Amino acid sequence: MGMTMVQKILAKAAGLPSVKVGDVVEPKVDLAMSHENGALVINQFNEIYQGTGQPANVWDPSRIAIIFDHRVPAESSKTATNQKKIREFVAKQGIAKFHDIRGDEGGICHQILPESGYDLPGQVIVGTDSHTTSHGALGAFSFGIGATEMASVWALGKVLNVEVPGTIKVVVNGTLPKYVEPKDIILHLIGKLTAEGANYKVIEFHGETVRKMSTSGRLVLCNMTVEAGATSGIVPPDKEIVRYLKQEAGVKNIPALFGPDADAQYEQVVEIDASKLEPQIAFPHTVDNVKPVGAAKGIKVQQIVIGSCTNGRLDDLAIAANILKGKKVARGVRMLVFPASTRIYQQALQKGYLATFMKAGAVVMNSGCGPCLGVHQGALADGDKALATTNRNFKGRMGNPNAEVYLSSSATAAASAITGEITDPRSLTASKAKTAKAAKKPIIARKPGSVKRSTSNVKRSTGKKKGRK
Amino acid sequence: MAKVALKLGDDISTDIIYPGRYMATVLPTETPQFAFVDDAEFNKKLKAKQVEPGSFIVAGKNFGCGSSREQAASCLTGWGLKVIAKNFARIFLQNSINVGLNMVICPNIEADEGDEIEIVNGKVKNITKGKEFDTVPLPKARQAIIDAGGLIPYTRKLITSGKK
Ligand code: SF4
Repeated sequence: MGMTMVQKILAKAAGLPSVKVGDVVEPKVDLAMSHENGALVINQFNEIYQGTGQPANVWDPSRIAIIFDHRVPAESSKTATNQKKIREFVAKQGIAKFHDIRGDEGGICHQILPESGYDLPGQVIVGTDSHTTSHGALGAFSFGIGATEMASVWALGKVLNVEVPGTIKVVVNGTLPKYVEPKDIILHLIGKLTAEGANYKVIEFHGETVRKMSTSGRLVLCNMTVEAGATSGIVPPDKEIVRYLKQEAGVKNIPALFGPDADAQYEQVVEIDASKLEPQIAFPHTVDNVKPVGAAKGIKVQQIVIGSCTNGRLDDLAIAANILKGKKVARGVRMLVFPASTRIYQQALQKGYLATFMKAGAVVMNSGCGPCLGVHQGALADGDKALATTNRNFKGRMGNPNAEVYLSSSATAAASAITGEITDPRSLTASKAKTAKAAKKPIIARKPGSVKRSTSNVKRSTGKKKGRK
Repeated sequence: MAKVALKLGDDISTDIIYPGRYMATVLPTETPQFAFVDDAEFNKKLKAKQVEPGSFIVAGKNFGCGSSREQAASCLTGWGLKVIAKNFARIFLQNSINVGLNMVICPNIEADEGDEIEIVNGKVKNITKGKEFDTVPLPKARQAIIDAGGLIPYTRKLITSGKK
């Protein structure tokens, strides 16, 4: 019986000829990533070795990556002390894939890994961050784990007792229309599947829209698969990944590519017609509360955030800058832009995007997670509404449980910054639209889409009871 | 037998259980103070020790969705709370097993705050309501870790027995 992408990767990493759904395997880890929560991993790691009489040394320092991104620069003395503790550990263990708070090589972990060439197709990648699903964009099996699990990986070099997940196949065909982005595809899919619709499963992406999509767009798709509960997202690697690795990540030795078997077994198949898709908005307070942008028309917002591991990449900044060129951010709206990495920051600087943002009245912030997780750099006031290109809108997510977060693409966020209310980017003037399209080069051929056929239990999630009763 | 201390709906995220702004606090000995901190009433009850250790939180589907932050599990362990939910998000489930949080998957659970609950022979008994509900066993693959009392002792055993 044929195997899916992830089954093939797991079989290889566990040294088995084949695996099937439900098998328990212990795959070797190619890359183990942490950020500031490395402080907790270190604590748990030392505890494992307590009383063993053995030195607490990691299994392979070259396979560990630590990126400071969640609280940069440190927002409190507590964080600064955690970061210091990690720096000391990194030095002692000889961990080279360490990205400190720096303007030349810093940024969000889910951007640093791909752009530094740390992610490779066919690998097993784990990270102490739920959006580790992102790296499936490069054809790896990449999933989030907790700090104690990571401590065990640091000791053993493998993940214990992994149950081989089932796979949902998502096929996206058709050209995305103007101003409809990969973000809109994934928001639409999460709305269809619901927040737990892919729980414990992998989402494998197929179809011509995905094949034509840049690595950047694929990272958006895989990044948000966890919002449907998925263990991971994955795109079978192809020549676009080879291009990205060579040209953008400077990788010389690219492993042989493989895809799923032709007779692989999927638990569900979902088809999306991208040509019929509209810009999407996730309404508060769950990511599956998704509606077309028209349903949010007129909702006034006080903060716009463009950034995060979902949509803080160069193409996001390009489309937003094009929309904002010569325009002003509405009075009463705070627009914050966070390039996902300092490399992207520098590129955006050279291309003039950052100047465009500043002239429009936006504030360009340093690379990092920013207000995405509600720690610093842009908390919301009671009663505020924010529109963000981030990936979560849970109650309290942007630092205040008495505020609301809406999610969208960068095009929708930029258009909304001008008007001060949630705005369909397609409602901008035709001439404007043309320039923006020209600026956003290869990415995807864009033409409209919606779910054409979704076999089996795809249910809507409206009217669910949330929160405390 | 213990009481339901808190009743919750579906999709309770880790941002509700343990908000991101307290993530710089990492030690399991220090995280309990921020458990459900944005639910001022419940957090106050916890700190005033008005919630008996062993009490239950009862929730709907997808409990613990969102971030991989392990604080969301350790902060509950610290108060001796147990969680019964219709189902759990993947990373939260793994984290809970790894840090020894007591959890029960009970797809049809019906309970309200104050109800008396007992777990016998793999069934959840709601004594107040006079009803009984089936549970779903935790993943078999993780049983050895549960039996060892968590992932730290389990991994330690592998290291000391040379099975690394
Ligand atoms: S940008 Fe937001 S979602 Fe992404 S890693 Fe940072 S905090 Fe997490």
